[in-house]
Amino acid sequence: MKPSIPAAELMTPGHQACQGCGATLAMRYALKGLGAQTVVVLPACCWTVLAGQSPRSALGVPVLHVPFASAAAAASGVKAGLLARGDAQTQVVAWAGDGGTYDIGIQALSGAAERGEDILYVCYDNEAYMNTGIQRSGSTPDGAWTMTTPGKAGNLRPKKDIDAIMEAHHIAYQATAAPAYAEDMVRKFAKARTIKGFRFIHVLAPCPPGWKYDSERTVALSRLSVQTGLFALYEIEDGKFRLNMNASARKPVAEFTRGQGRYKGLTPEHEDEIQKRVDARWADYDARSRAT
Amino acid sequence: MRKVLMGNHAATLGAVLARAQVVAAYPITPATQVVELIAEMEAKGEFSGRFMRIESEHSAMAALLGAASAGARCFTATSSQGLAYMHELLHWVSGARLPIVMVDVNRALAAPWNLWTDQTDSLSQRDTGWIQLYCATNQEVLDTVLQAYKIAERVQLPAMVVLDGFTLSHVYEPVDVPTQEQADAFLPPWDAPRRLDPAAPAGFGAMEGPKGYMRLRKRLALDMERAEDETERAGAEFGREFGRDYGVIETYRTADADTVLLTSGAVGSTAKQAVDELREAGRKAGVVRVRLFRPFPAKTLRRVLRQGQKVAVVDRNYSQGQQGIFCEELKAAMYGLPERPEIYGYVAGLGGGDITVELLKEIWLETDSGKASALEPAWMEDPR
Repeated sequence: MKPSIPAAELMTPGHQACQGCGATLAMRYALKGLGAQTVVVLPACCWTVLAGQSPRSALGVPVLHVPFASAAAAASGVKAGLLARGDAQTQVVAWAGDGGTYDIGIQALSGAAERGEDILYVCYDNEAYMNTGIQRSGSTPDGAWTMTTPGKAGNLRPKKDIDAIMEAHHIAYQATAAPAYAEDMVRKFAKARTIKGFRFIHVLAPCPPGWKYDSERTVALSRLSVQTGLFALYEIEDGKFRLNMNASARKPVAEFTRGQGRYKGLTPEHEDEIQKRVDARWADYDARSRAT
Repeated sequence: MRKVLMGNHAATLGAVLARAQVVAAYPITPATQVVELIAEMEAKGEFSGRFMRIESEHSAMAALLGAASAGARCFTATSSQGLAYMHELLHWVSGARLPIVMVDVNRALAAPWNLWTDQTDSLSQRDTGWIQLYCATNQEVLDTVLQAYKIAERVQLPAMVVLDGFTLSHVYEPVDVPTQEQADAFLPPWDAPRRLDPAAPAGFGAMEGPKGYMRLRKRLALDMERAEDETERAGAEFGREFGRDYGVIETYRTADADTVLLTSGAVGSTAKQAVDELREAGRKAGVVRVRLFRPFPAKTLRRVLRQGQKVAVVDRNYSQGQQGIFCEELKAAMYGLPERPEIYGYVAGLGGGDITVELLKEIWLETDSGKASALEPAWMEDPR
């Protein structure tokens, strides 16, 4: 039987991640889709540590570590440098967390997207600064506890809509992906590889210590993030929006939030409010799906 | 071919003749024309590298970090706030041992806003692990960009070529522009000792423990130290190729001088005029123009300056809470020698104030007369 995703592994088990880390699943599947002719550019993020201390490396592709705010700019430069040396084949991937994407790295990200740099930018989003010990980022959802949003109310502001921001840049390809849906995810990375121009993939990566759940539930929570409609799987190619999942039978968002310690202080009223927001967003997805 | 060029355009031609492959830059006064000319030459097909019109100076240097890690020869230009904004990346690329060359056009740092020349921008970056070369003429700007690549690539460290805002950047001077063949003969292509290559995967800049980090810093320190000799060597090689010699410092009428003006940048040219006039009046005056600031050419200066001599250091820069930076560095270089010159500090021309022949003569006379304080810098303003 032919496996539905490549069997070859470009990520070794010797990485330094926490048990149950969603970001390692994300990297593993991404590299299966991208293949070995890839350079990964890493700003400060969990993966800075996960990739391994010098001289060891958990990745079978070259890795360039760069400053926090600079992932998209440095990746653009790597592409330009490779082209200058006559290498037009190698894929350059900026691999950043939510802090490095939503907050400190958004200037470089916006610039590279606007210029149409021929790179793939991946945000593996665990919804807070997890590498430094769970501090709030622009991606932290409202109601979620972090070390810098303590107390019952947790974070007050809703999560920034990075996908809408990227869509406004009119880029060649963008997609969302969840590690629970491995085939969908590998397919999207393999597809991104064939497209020229700026590409953006947003991966929601569950984080056991940051979201406060038992590490064996990573895949289950990833699946729930999609099934509740909180994190929709879709693609936008040449401006055309396409949902990759059935919109009709969504589970209540509470099935996702109640399994996580970070939402312990969430009131029923706040839960309703989140549900209403998700429903409204889905009305929009439905309309867009019908339009295209 | 001789052309009449502004300093900024001399810098661009240096980078193009060096066959820079990737240029990433952000506009800032007074360095803007450096990259405008790159764009113009690209449009005319005279620059075949990639010019990235990037969204900030921080990103400009980040892009070059990426491009140089892939093995490409890189160039950028900036000034003042832009250089300050790059600061994080300056440390990064020297630690990554990438021989990137950058032109910095000196301009004062805000607040308050000020567009004119002042060396505090580049000198504030003295601890970032970049070689720093200060130019006195537009010819030297072009020549130094070519030499900077040679030095940087030999010691595997980035290099900054510095010129005065407006007084060089926007002033037109005759410049002998080498042919591409001549430039190629002087500067071979860069063969990166390591680069991002999917055929040989490795982690670049991955976490190091204290022991590994300390050893890497020591190697960097030794290579930086080596850059003093490598600057002399590249300057001599350049002289053989083009008939214009360069060293880590330039001396003028110092052999029998009682009192020497020590300065840098375009003020070095003005100082020669002041010394000529003092000599005509029977005074034993000389000039030392420091061309290489990082590494500080202590070895050469210890040889050139002698006991019994007075040195008036003219700094168009200031380290708050300390003194003028060249003065501070010179004192540190001379401390501990059994025999050393007397050193006096003068701060002048901050924010672009003129440092005139008259002011330099006044500084020389005050120093020579023994009236200057060896403990505190004198703040000088030209009243004219």
